Amino acid sequence: MSGSKQRCKDLLGALSDYLDGDADERLCAEIERHMADCPDCRVLVDTLRKTIILYREREAGEGLPSDVQTRLYRRLNLEDLLPGT
Amino acid sequence: MSENDQLSLDALRSGDRDEFARMVEAYSPRIYRLALRMLGDAQEAEDVLQETFLNAFRSLSRFEGRSSLGTWLHRIATNQALMRLRKREVPTFSVDEPVDDPDLGELPRQLVDWCCLPEEEFMTAEAQSQLDAAVEKLSPALRAVFTLRELQGLSTRETSEVLGISESAVKTRLLRARLQLREHLTAYFAERVQEVGYER
Ligand SMILES: [Zn+2]
Repeated sequence: MSGSKQRCKDLLGALSDYLDGDADERLCAEIERHMADCPDCRVLVDTLRKTIILYREREAGEGLPSDVQTRLYRRLNLEDLLPGT
Repeated sequence: MSENDQLSLDALRSGDRDEFARMVEAYSPRIYRLALRMLGDAQEAEDVLQETFLNAFRSLSRFEGRSSLGTWLHRIATNQALMRLRKREVPTFSVDEPVDDPDLGELPRQLVDWCCLPEEEFMTAEAQSQLDAAVEKLSPALRAVFTLRELQGLSTRETSEVLGISESAVKTRLLRARLQLREHLTAYFAERVQEVGYER
């Protein structure tokens, strides 16, 4: 890491809040000021953000497979109440 | 977590079958996904799904409603999944990992910028299997927080209720998990950057 490594380390603990939009204005400004001077932290934040996005994108639109659903209702003795029957 | 206000707790507690079936319909997709993400195995995820609702059915009469129904079901399922993870024979993680230490230790090591890769690079089967492999390398403690917060979309408070840990522990574990996943993905995507020869 270039610049002051200690500074990078201090900000590391705040990155989740920063990426989730939970950091206050002062902290955001501080992180952004540091990133302007520290390419390493900029790459870290960018790749961390991308990592989060890749996992979130995958979650959309996955339902319960119908065979899994059927077996669940059978196990619970709810076959007569299976949706769509 | 989106709550299902349509469900009547009184009916559920008194053992109303139709109401129970409505609860199963409302929550089973989320519970299945939780188990699948935690365990990475469809058969085990299905077992956890079934056990969760069987367990819920048996203990609903004692459910006090201090947490929401969704949080309560997540707790049952998460505990089931964690039990299975801890039983797996060869642990690939350190059991004594100090997951709640706010000092994250070493700075991230790999600092290749791979965000610039063409979008289709992230959609390949190989890339997607890397996402799974990275999660599988997380310790159960980190995997649970990551799955609940990031994938299931629970709030920090809900996650702390499900796991019975403090909100600051949830935050620390989430950051740790994200950093470890990033490190794993960087190892893979940095190679792709070299191969594709696409750098900013
Ligand atoms: Zn820095």
